[in-house]
Amino acid sequence: MNPEATAVRLHDAAKTYRAGEVDVPALRGISIDIPYHRFSMIVGASGSGKSTLLNLVGCIDTPTRGSVEVCGTKVADLDDDQLSDFRARNIGFIFQTFSLVPVLSAYENVEYPLVLVGAPDAERKRKTSQVLEAVGLGAFADRRPNELSGGQRQRVAIARALVKAPQIVLADEPTANLDSETGASIIELMRKVQAESRTTFLFATHDQQLMSQADEIFVIRDGTLVDHRHGRAGA
Amino acid sequence: MTMLFKTAARNILRNGRRSFMTGSAVAAGAMALMLFGGYAGYIFDALETSNVQRVGHLSLFRTGYFLFGSGNPAAYGIGDYRKVMDLVSNDPVIKPLVNVVTPTQSLMGIAGNFSGGNEASKTFLGVGFVPSERNKMRLWDERHTGLVRPADERLSDRDESRGLVGVGLARILALCAPLHLQCPEAPATRTDESASAKPREDIVGLAQLEGQGAPKAGGDDLPHLDLLGATVGGAPNVVSLAVAGAEAQGVRELDDNFIAMHLAIAQQLVYGRGEHKATAIVLQLKRSEDMPIVRARLASLIDQDHLDLEIRDVKELSPFYVQVVAMFSSIFIFIAIMMGVIVLFAVVNTMTMNVMERTNEIGTIRAMGVRRGGVRLQFLVEGALVGAVGATVGAILAFAVAALVNHTGLTWIPPGNSSPTPFRIDVIDHPLLVIGTWVALTLVALWAALIPANRAARLSIVDALRHV
Repeated sequence: MNPEATAVRLHDAAKTYRAGEVDVPALRGISIDIPYHRFSMIVGASGSGKSTLLNLVGCIDTPTRGSVEVCGTKVADLDDDQLSDFRARNIGFIFQTFSLVPVLSAYENVEYPLVLVGAPDAERKRKTSQVLEAVGLGAFADRRPNELSGGQRQRVAIARALVKAPQIVLADEPTANLDSETGASIIELMRKVQAESRTTFLFATHDQQLMSQADEIFVIRDGTLVDHRHGRAGA
Repeated sequence: MTMLFKTAARNILRNGRRSFMTGSAVAAGAMALMLFGGYAGYIFDALETSNVQRVGHLSLFRTGYFLFGSGNPAAYGIGDYRKVMDLVSNDPVIKPLVNVVTPTQSLMGIAGNFSGGNEASKTFLGVGFVPSERNKMRLWDERHTGLVRPADERLSDRDESRGLVGVGLARILALCAPLHLQCPEAPATRTDESASAKPREDIVGLAQLEGQGAPKAGGDDLPHLDLLGATVGGAPNVVSLAVAGAEAQGVRELDDNFIAMHLAIAQQLVYGRGEHKATAIVLQLKRSEDMPIVRARLASLIDQDHLDLEIRDVKELSPFYVQVVAMFSSIFIFIAIMMGVIVLFAVVNTMTMNVMERTNEIGTIRAMGVRRGGVRLQFLVEGALVGAVGATVGAILAFAVAALVNHTGLTWIPPGNSSPTPFRIDVIDHPLLVIGTWVALTLVALWAALIPANRAARLSIVDALRHV
């Protein structure tokens, strides 16, 4: 694979957690290259280490061993504030539990990442409205998260992840808290957005419905990469 | 920044009941501090006003009088005091700042009432002054306390023989009836004729002898006292004083000994036919704030003209005022510390609960790119907002309560006073108190929020996101 086309590169990345007196290995030395502009998925059973891998890629956790390189930047070279700024500019997150800021409206939640990168008022307004319309929530802009359905909340979360046009969007089980119909519509939405924006999506999931949409699939078992195969569109 | 304050304000409202309780603690603290501070402030102003009306801002004495001279005022008189007064009054620096420059004469002796079958005598402490100038001094009210006392018509510059006594001294010298005072009836006593006759004859005789050079005793319808004193040379001297009234002095020791009189008769008693001097030259300024300027200028004049004088200010002459200020200040500091501790714990508790409840939210915004400092700032702003809103509500309540209390017209008699004075709480007239309390409580709230804010900032993102 062409190194310049690699969005994420992990080399012998390992992560061990300390649970009381016991060391629990979550990742046992994974080397993986994830390409740009793809709909990639890390799949595996619960406890296999896929969320840990996503955390390393998202620069919200550091490996115990090995190295992580995201968008050409070695994560270990950045201090905490630099990592925050890096995430603010380059990475969008979609969480299983939506994780919207409850005191902000849908519009304000989507606007938040643009505030963090210091976007001008006019640009913020334009981009926020645009992306809310794109996820079909233009009419719900003033609603608070508790006034939205689960599907609508996840659409807000998707809009929030996309509004700053990040290099990578990371999504941890984005359909796990949704019914199958809503989940399907969310998957369709993300696929559509990805096709239009060519943003790199990386999912952690065991949702078969979602996996069917993957360009690249990385299978993890017990903290080890056991398979890498091309999906429907990535073949 | 708008997003920061918007989020902070909404988070405060989100936990409405908790924020209300914490804000109430801050408001209660602010109100208590402002009300007590306003009350103490009024006491300070009232005491300052009362003392400045009585002894002025600054006094010039012969060197050594303040520490050693009160036992022998005659020996510490300021000779040619009118020249000194002219020097002070016409000085270009002092003249525009001064309200009254007036001489006083302190004295002591024995006062006796031997008229109408009375045979009462008592040592006294007296002060002589120019009545019109004392009346002018009594109008001083820079702090707008409302404690201006009307001109005392019982004494006048024209009638030098009149004086006033303390109510206690009037009672002791059997002057209650002639002065129409409400005094308890004295029990019947046995009198030793041989012992009492001698001083009476001595003093009355001396009074008749000395009376030839003394100010003419007017007010024939008034009761008279014979005042016996010692002149500079130690010779006995007597004058007759027409008692125009009694004035309660607040402190019993003073009330039982006090006589106020015209400067001329006081000088007559102390200096006899010799040069009439003055114990002090009193300066009352238009504004207390000018005291350091005038004091420095007086010191310069004294040095320049080689005058044997020393300067004392109102605080040195009225140590009670300083003690009251120190006492009320200590109580205020104590209350402030208590309120500060209550606010501190209330805010720490509230913000700690907020951090716990919003752990997942903290993880989310950190993942989105908010720095640790941004999280810290978020919670600090929320703590400070609770403090600021609480302190503002407290200030409004304090204004309202103070206005209500002042409107009711309550009065009380402060320690050392003889007459009722208004019970007032001056909050609005002490902007420094209001601003200081507001700022202090807001800073305490901010400081209290620092502990949970730091905890929030240090949270691991992964752990925070896992938190349910």
